Amino acid sequence: MAASLELTEVHKSFGKTAIINGVDLAVEKGERHAVIGPNGAGKSTLFNLISGRFPVTSGTIRLDGHDITSMQPQQINHRGLSRSFQITNIFPKLSVFENLRCAVLWSLNYKYSFWQRIGGLQDARERADELVGMIGLAKRRDTLAGVLSYAEQRALEIGVTIGGGADVILLDEPTAGMSNSETADAVALIRNVTVGKTLIMVEHDMSVVFGLADRISVLVYGQVIATGTPQEIRGNKAVQEAYLGAEVD
Amino acid sequence: MSTHLSWRRLLIWSATAAVMIAAPLVFTQGFAVSMLSQMGIAIIFALSYNMLLGQTGMLSFGHAVYFGLGAFFSAHALNAIGAGTFHLPVSMLPLVGGAAGLVFGVIFGYITTKHSGTPFAMISLGIAEMVAACSLMFPSFFGGEGGISTDRVVGKALMRVDFGPAIQVYYLIAVWCFVCMIAMYALTQTPLGRMANAVRDNPERVRFIGYNPTHVRFLMLSLAGFFAGIAGALEVINFELITAERLGTVASGNVLLMAFIGGVGHFYGPVIGALLVTFLQSALSNYTQAWLLYFGLFFLVMILFAPGGIASLITLHQPAAQVRKMGRLAAPYAGAAAAAALLMLGLVTLVEMIYHLETKAEQVGTVMTLFGRQMDAATVPPWLVAIGILAAGVLLLAFASRFVRAAWSDITVAVNSAREA
Repeated sequence: MAASLELTEVHKSFGKTAIINGVDLAVEKGERHAVIGPNGAGKSTLFNLISGRFPVTSGTIRLDGHDITSMQPQQINHRGLSRSFQITNIFPKLSVFENLRCAVLWSLNYKYSFWQRIGGLQDARERADELVGMIGLAKRRDTLAGVLSYAEQRALEIGVTIGGGADVILLDEPTAGMSNSETADAVALIRNVTVGKTLIMVEHDMSVVFGLADRISVLVYGQVIATGTPQEIRGNKAVQEAYLGAEVD
Repeated sequence: MSTHLSWRRLLIWSATAAVMIAAPLVFTQGFAVSMLSQMGIAIIFALSYNMLLGQTGMLSFGHAVYFGLGAFFSAHALNAIGAGTFHLPVSMLPLVGGAAGLVFGVIFGYITTKHSGTPFAMISLGIAEMVAACSLMFPSFFGGEGGISTDRVVGKALMRVDFGPAIQVYYLIAVWCFVCMIAMYALTQTPLGRMANAVRDNPERVRFIGYNPTHVRFLMLSLAGFFAGIAGALEVINFELITAERLGTVASGNVLLMAFIGGVGHFYGPVIGALLVTFLQSALSNYTQAWLLYFGLFFLVMILFAPGGIASLITLHQPAAQVRKMGRLAAPYAGAAAAAALLMLGLVTLVEMIYHLETKAEQVGTVMTLFGRQMDAATVPPWLVAIGILAAGVLLLAFASRFVRAAWSDITVAVNSAREA
C-alpha cells in the first residue's frame, strides 16, 4: 500500500531544546494509526509540525507523495489534511450549524466570495446539516458553540475537522476528559466519520487506542521507538519498559 | 421558515425607508435637517467601522483615514466638476469617495492585516498619525488648517434638483445611506461575511479549515474603506468643506464610540450608536460647554453597565417580551429612572457651577441661571443643595435597583418555566 503520510528524519527544536528528534513515520492510505507515548514525548508537537502550525527544524513531510514541509496550515488543508485540537478550538459565538458551514465552505469552492448569499448555497447548507446529524447535535443545531457541554464541543470539534472532506484526518486526544459513556460515543463517532479515510490520532486512553487503531506508533523523547499492530506493540519489550509498564502485564 | 424570515426582513427595511423619508417632515426645526444629514453620514461610517470591530474582531484606531481621504478626493473631484474639467453628476460623487477609500483600504490593509489583536490596533494608530502628519506636509492637497472648501451646486440640475437646499442634500444622503446599509447587511450574509465572524472568534482555527485569516481581514478592511469613503464624500457634499481634523485620531475615536455605544455585536447596533452620538453631540453642545464631560460620563456608564451597547440591552429584554412580562418591569424602571434623573440633576448642577466659576465668572460674575433658577455659585447654599440632591439620587437609585433586580428574577423564573414547557 502507498504511504498517505510520510515523515522522514523530522526534527523540531525550540531554542536549544529538541522536542522531536528524528521521527520516521509512514501512515498507509486508509489505515487508522494511533500515536501513543508518555506526557512530554512530543505527540502534540508532531501534529503541529504535520499540520503546518509550526515549521520543522529539519526533515521532510510528504502527503500523498507531495512535499508539504513547512507549508502554511491552509495550504496543507487544501491538499486534503485536516486536524482537530486537544483543547477545543471552535468558533464560540457562531451556532453549531454555522461552525460546520464555515468548515465546508472552502472545499465547496466558495472561498472569499462576497457576491453570493450564503443562505442560497444549497450544497453548503445540506453538507453542514448532514454533519450536524452525523455528530449527533441535531437538537443543538442553532445553539451557540460556546455554550455547548464539553462532550458536545468535542463532537463539534471533530465535525469541524472532517467538514472539508479531507482524506487524512489528525485527531489530537479526541476523548480527553470524557466520561466512559461519552468516550464510547466518541469512539463510535470517530469510527463512523473516518470510514474510507486515513486517521492518525494521539490518544491516552488505551482502550480507545487498542479498540480503534490498525497500527500504533510509540513516541518517546521525540523518537518513534516502535511501530506495529496492537498485538506487536503489546508484546514489544522496549515499549513495555518505556511506557506501557504494568498496564499490559 | 426562511420565507417567513425574509418577509420580516422586508418589513424592517421598508419601515427603515419610511422613517428616513418621513424624518425631515416630522422634525422641522431649523437644525433638524442638518442633524439628520449628519446622522445618515454617521450611520454609514459607523456601520463600515463595525465591519472591522464587530464582524472581524479588528480594533482599528484609524478608520477616519478612509473617511477623510475619501472626503478630500471627493472635494477635489467636486471642484473639478465645478471647473468643468471632470464630468460626473454630483449625486454620484460618493463613488469617487468610495473608490479613494477602497484604494487606501487596499494599500493600508496590505500593510496592517498581517497582524491581528493589539499589533493591528497599534499599526492602525500609527497609520492614522502618519496620514494626519501628511495632511500638514501637503497643504496643496489637504488645504492646511482651513481645509478644502467647495461648492456642491455645480453641473446640470436634474429635474430642478441642484442640491442647493439642505433638504435635497438630506434625501441624497438618505438614499446613499439606505443603499449602503443594505449592501453592508448583505455582506454579512455572504461566505466572506461568515468567515469574517470565524476570524473574529478564532483566527487560528480558520487556517485549519482552509482559509487565510490575513486574506479575510484584508478584504474586510478594503471593503470597509470603500464604505467609509462614501460617507466622507457625503460629508463634503453636506458641509462643502473638509478639514484635516476629519481624518485624525479624534475622528477615529469618535466612530469607535458610536459603534461601541450602539453595540458591536449586532448589525443594527452602530446605527443606534450613530443616531445617539450625533444627536448628543449636536444637541448637548447647544446647551452647555461641558458637553464633552457629559458625553465622556455617558460612555463610561455604558461601558460599565452595558458593555454590549444599547443593542445588547434590547436583546436582553427580548425573552421578557416573549413571556409578556415587560409590564412587570415598568414600575421598577420608572422608579429607577426618577432616581437617576435626581442624581443627574445634582451632578449637572455641580458641574455647571464649577464650569461657571472657572470659565465665565470673571466676565459675568458668579450669579448664573440653571434650570430656570438663579443662583450665586460663589455662595454655599447652592452647593449644599446640589450635593444633597446628588446624594439623595444615589441612595434612591440603589434602593430602586433592588426592585429592578426583584422584577428580573421573577422574569427569569417565568422565562425558564416557559422554556421547559
